Amino acid sequence: MPLITSSKSKPEYDVVIVGSGAAGGQTAYTLTMEGAKVLMLEAGRNYDPVTETPMFQTNAQAPLAASNTPDKNFGFHDATVGGGWRVPEEPYSVRRRNQPGWHEATDWNALTTDQNWMWWRSRMLGGRTNHWGRISLRMGPYDFKPLERDGLGLDWPLGYDDMAPYYDKVEMLIGVYGSNEGLENTPDSPNRTLLPAPAPKAHELFTKKICDDMKIPVVPIHRAVLSAKQDHRTVPGRLHPHNAKAQKIIGNHMELRQACFWATPCGRGCSTRANYQSTTVHIPPALETGNLDIIPNAMVREVLLDEGGKTTGVVYIDKLTGREHSVKARIVVLAASGCESARILLNSKSNQFPNGLGNSSGMVGRYLMDTVGASVDGQIPALENLPPHNTDGAGVHCYIPWWKYREQLAGKLDFARGYHIEFNGGREMPKPGIAENITNITGGGYGKRFKEDMRRYYGSFMNFSGRGEMIPNENSYCEIDPDRKDKWGIPALRFHFQWSDHEIKQAAHMHKTFQEIIESMGGRVTSKIQTNGRKAIYPPGAIIHEVGTTCIGSDSKKSVLNQWCQSWDVKNLFVTDGGPFVSNADKNPTLSIMALAWRSADYMLEEMRKGNL
Amino acid sequence: MDPKPTKLNRREAIKLVAAATASITVLQQKTFGAAATIAGQPYGVDPLLNKAYKSGDFWPLTLNTEQRATVLALTDLILPADDKSPAASEVGTVDFIDEWISAPYEGQRRDRQQILDGLAWLNQQSENRFSKKFADLTLKEQSAIADDICYLDQASDKYRIAAEFFASFRNLAAGGYYATSQGWLDIGYVGNLPTDKFEVPPQEVLKKLGL
Repeated sequence: MPLITSSKSKPEYDVVIVGSGAAGGQTAYTLTMEGAKVLMLEAGRNYDPVTETPMFQTNAQAPLAASNTPDKNFGFHDATVGGGWRVPEEPYSVRRRNQPGWHEATDWNALTTDQNWMWWRSRMLGGRTNHWGRISLRMGPYDFKPLERDGLGLDWPLGYDDMAPYYDKVEMLIGVYGSNEGLENTPDSPNRTLLPAPAPKAHELFTKKICDDMKIPVVPIHRAVLSAKQDHRTVPGRLHPHNAKAQKIIGNHMELRQACFWATPCGRGCSTRANYQSTTVHIPPALETGNLDIIPNAMVREVLLDEGGKTTGVVYIDKLTGREHSVKARIVVLAASGCESARILLNSKSNQFPNGLGNSSGMVGRYLMDTVGASVDGQIPALENLPPHNTDGAGVHCYIPWWKYREQLAGKLDFARGYHIEFNGGREMPKPGIAENITNITGGGYGKRFKEDMRRYYGSFMNFSGRGEMIPNENSYCEIDPDRKDKWGIPALRFHFQWSDHEIKQAAHMHKTFQEIIESMGGRVTSKIQTNGRKAIYPPGAIIHEVGTTCIGSDSKKSVLNQWCQSWDVKNLFVTDGGPFVSNADKNPTLSIMALAWRSADYMLEEMRKGNL
Repeated sequence: MDPKPTKLNRREAIKLVAAATASITVLQQKTFGAAATIAGQPYGVDPLLNKAYKSGDFWPLTLNTEQRATVLALTDLILPADDKSPAASEVGTVDFIDEWISAPYEGQRRDRQQILDGLAWLNQQSENRFSKKFADLTLKEQSAIADDICYLDQASDKYRIAAEFFASFRNLAAGGYYATSQGWLDIGYVGNLPTDKFEVPPQEVLKKLGL
């Protein structure tokens, strides 16, 4: 990507955006397309997926056959640069089970950790969008008004109808495959918005057949992957009515993006731009407007405030030189990830805001949430010895949306909110560990018999993973650690976290359900079924759906932001990442982050036009 | 660099000789004795991804000659040639294992200890039972040892640790073997190919699943 250095930045911008992922990318896209002059600051290095993505590299061509390591937590070919569960230059503090006091977070395996929070970061242009799962589910009407519905958690100060037009636009812009199934609280998209759902794989069809009998719906999942080329003739006009320049730019980029060729895992990124990542979808057209400057390696320390109570810009450290710089803008947008944005606010102290900028409510850092995760493995005899066929596809093609709304409403479940099921299987590219599942069944052996066992059982394993809603609670939050700073002298965060009984019981329900499905398929469970949800639930942060910490609301005393993601205290300050979320439905948050960011950016444009900002 | 040749003083000369002697010791150990220690560096949080690597590219391999011979023999015992695929020794599984146990990461360091101890145990058993190294045994002799340790659940107490080694080694060997193109062909992985359209599963697959 063409970038600028600190010395070449302009004296003043309309908007400075901190972060370049789903939120920063979307905010910058929307603003620059409408002519605003934007500076984007990214804490990581520049990154170009077109030239850097390892397409078709095999596991055998990577060290340790591409296994997970402390350096590359999701394996060698994962797109993540300079990040993971720990970023040594940027420590954070956690509690550890059965150990008093605060500890520096050092674990890199989220499944075995005893930390009370695992914070995944990424230090590269495009942030976590480069490697994410691309699962793009709309939140439904219930998900915005959970308090109203069951008396728990918090309501959003906006509803599904406010968000729907932005979901439409984001889906059309980034390209999302899937289908409309008309299911409860699982919104359909308008005609000609989604791209075609790819054909189901064998294990998905078999799961569907069994689940149909169990009255569990198996339907095409929605993912941000181009199953077909976007319609570059009609979509630009629907995205940017009355804006010929924007239509032309995005139309060209849609033409340049290739349809998926059904190989190479999405987590590596995509050099043909067939899936969504900020660096292939948001940033290139934004740059083409001529309205966007990007400074990488810029670690933001604080937001500046003038005597009139407005922000004037931000201070950042150039990580390459260690020097401090400040940039000026009419509007400051934090899009650095929920916790990172909260950290910046808490570190921006002044006489007017001794507890951190925009924190008169005391709510910055509060209501930290992740998604409830639990997982069960099984072996399915029906899938043994299948004729070899290519099951790579685009990753997951089908899923099970939450299907027990009625039972839950009738009080028949012992937890409050739902989960969806992501399930994996098929004949995947062999990787280390491939024999372990198999010898767990056969007991071991060696020689020709062992090779025959490998052929027979390969591709017969499935994993069922639940992704469930967490209800925000008072005991889960981040705050500044008075005793720890990062390499640049910026005070670090420390984390408090507790699940409520709802999440714990939900995780136990997941295990029970997955066992029922596996056994109905004629299979055997190969991992341990936990009846105690505390043993079933993944450690907090493990699902990397970090939301909350700068909550939106309708009451300035109880929330940080209004419904436009605008600070109640400082009107030219916005947060457009996952921070504003006040519920964390089982719908993976990235699509909603983008929709919310687009809506917020539209509001900024409107207010700038009116002269209010 | 100083272009003029300099005369070594005594202290420098001693240092040089000492260094040369030390390197001979290392070399001898590498050939005849204990494996060299882990000296390599981790590949870091930003390695070049768009590249094909081979074992040894990131950190030096450390198995000595005898250990390599034992690994070769054991991988071939576990993954022999048959009508579908070649033996492990023909696809470089030994290099994968060497890379693994030479890696400068905590998990691999733990595996290294178990694997090296296990290899030593294997040779000791071979000496005890047949007065030869494991690599020099006949297939029947090798099998006699392997049969005592290849089923972890059935291993007697005295073979417990050896059986744990065997299970770990088998996992590692299979991980390296099936990651290769020959391994793919054997096991029936036919992906990593670009296609225009993702098709529904073939008829024979659907039929077998009753779909």
